[in-house]
Amino acid sequence: MNALAKTVEKDAIYDLATGGLRGLNAALQALDEKNAEKLWTIRNPRGAHALAVGVTVPVRITIDGHAGYYCAGMNDGALITINGNTGTGVAENMMSGLVHVRGDASQSAGATAHGGLLLIEGNAAARCGISMKGANIVVKGDVGHMSAFMAQSGNLVVCGDAGEALGDSLYEARIFVKGTVKSLGADCEKKEMNAEDKEILAALLQQAGCCEAPEMFTRYGSARGLYHFHVDNAGAY
Amino acid sequence: MNETHPPHIPVTKPRYSATFDQGTISEIQRAAATGIYDIRGGGAKRKLPHFDDLLFLGASISRYPLEGYRERCGTDVVLGTRFAKKPIHLKTPVTIAGMSFGALSGNAKEALGRGASAVGTSTTTGDGGMTPEERGHSQTLVYQYLPSRYGMNLADLRKADAIEVVVGQGAKPGGGGMLLGQKISPRVAQMRNLPEGIDQRSACRHPDWTGPDDLEIKLLELRELTGWEKPVYIKLGASRPYYDTALAVKAGADVVVLDGMQGGTAATQEIFIEHAGIPILAAIRPAVQALQDLGMHRKVQLIVSGGIRNGADVAKALALGADAVAIGTAALVALGDNAPELEEEYQKLGTTAGAYDDWHEGRDPAGITTQDPVLAARLDPVKAGRRLANYLSVLTLEAQTIARACGKSHLHNLEPEDLVALTMEAAAMAQVPLAGTGWIPGKNF
Repeated sequence: MNALAKTVEKDAIYDLATGGLRGLNAALQALDEKNAEKLWTIRNPRGAHALAVGVTVPVRITIDGHAGYYCAGMNDGALITINGNTGTGVAENMMSGLVHVRGDASQSAGATAHGGLLLIEGNAAARCGISMKGANIVVKGDVGHMSAFMAQSGNLVVCGDAGEALGDSLYEARIFVKGTVKSLGADCEKKEMNAEDKEILAALLQQAGCCEAPEMFTRYGSARGLYHFHVDNAGAY
Repeated sequence: MNETHPPHIPVTKPRYSATFDQGTISEIQRAAATGIYDIRGGGAKRKLPHFDDLLFLGASISRYPLEGYRERCGTDVVLGTRFAKKPIHLKTPVTIAGMSFGALSGNAKEALGRGASAVGTSTTTGDGGMTPEERGHSQTLVYQYLPSRYGMNLADLRKADAIEVVVGQGAKPGGGGMLLGQKISPRVAQMRNLPEGIDQRSACRHPDWTGPDDLEIKLLELRELTGWEKPVYIKLGASRPYYDTALAVKAGADVVVLDGMQGGTAATQEIFIEHAGIPILAAIRPAVQALQDLGMHRKVQLIVSGGIRNGADVAKALALGADAVAIGTAALVALGDNAPELEEEYQKLGTTAGAYDDWHEGRDPAGITTQDPVLAARLDPVKAGRRLANYLSVLTLEAQTIARACGKSHLHNLEPEDLVALTMEAAAMAQVPLAGTGWIPGKNF
């Protein structure tokens, strides 16, 4: 049976139970701008790893179930929805586009992502946004410990609570948390929310379909005390 | 006359301690004055068991040699034959190790690409991403995938000829990268997405995998991202080479890169460089043993590095079972690092030609380990590339000379049986007999 079945002129359904991972990714990676309007639905993902990685056109992809590690890895423009939970490293190193997780995400969600929006409806585990490099991440639930560790730039919005050591060794990324923060990591501090922060946060909340007001959030950022090593700060490590 | 020591009584000469020698005392004094550990570039400088402690047994009656200039001795190597659709075919088994733009100037990276390409070998990016100049001048370019993922992007990943997942390096196994503020120029900052001029501290663990099971899935992703075309290397700092090599193979590596403690770094704590990891001589045989135990020797290729200086080192590494070697420090010297013509400037920096290792400070008079545009402009990438090509050719010719003398028609036909050791330590580490005996420590009881 052919794993790829066209339902309508523009749309495609790929059944991972009968087609292989390589066939799926090869087909998605071969798309060009002319196929951008196409909607792809991936059936029976059953927690498979490396689903829909390296897609470079703004095609819409729906993964109909739970995904494994590195789903939508290095996404560069695609609009990918996961109707389920995701394993480690969803949207890792994303360059652009949208990755929307309707369930929970495991650890390292959005790791090192450079651009685009990662929207997680549920909770994200440890190290969400680790070393992020410009992406936006909105988590409607909670985030685990060491989230935004060494985050370089971009914005992490947490509508729930944050675990231990939030923003440890942070660079210039902004963190917004509505709920409680168990503890802040080294060199992460609470900051005043200025007009620019509010504007960024409001836009992200709107994009994510959240109705919370920016004023309900607390902004965290780098104290920049570790930017240059000094022996008096050694205890922070 | 010294009143306390009349001339008829011998004076006790000042005696330096072997434990608290002059270097140790000066380091204690420096640490007390500054409150920070000493940072430097390069690899271990202490005397270590090394390839110098091995000798080749040339052919005589029991086997015959090949004619020096008339009988063929192959030098090529194919890397990535296990899974990659497009393995790399190099003309010489001497490759250029990963060194970053940031640690090195743009001209130095270009020169490395030019030199390597001229002799048909590969060069490697580093912790800072791929520059267009580097890609443009490197016929075969290995793209490093590091914990920091600085500059990592899909387009560059697909431009690479191979991918090297860096787990560790010999100078600091278990440690992360370091690039001090003096070298975070506007371009380096932009490539790494960091504020200019800050001290950059790279992570020591990857952000989205821990352990061999996760690594296996990461390699699957990298292959899916690149259509299973490119060889995937795993680079290890030599510490537990048997188990680390076995786990790298289990994770799906096409190539294992093993870096001994003599392997250089752009910047790390001196104490780390000198006291962590093991010499490459001690690491090769356990790694080869792991490959043999798994039935993967020559199927998963082994590249070794850390103190390769001449063709004898190349030949010895290959005889012990490696498929190729990588050079870093020696390549920089070939470009012009530590050149005696720059002695006056080295003196001004408080050092001397041959000992300069403050690569982290960005004041390299040779224009290699710097981001200062004035200093960097001193290095002519065409001439420096030519010097590197010359040096790589010499390494290859020297290794061929030895291989022919051992009766081998290809460098890969060299074998441990061609070697003996000068010291018991080297015999034990390399698992070859002590010269003049059939004794391998730990074996043949």
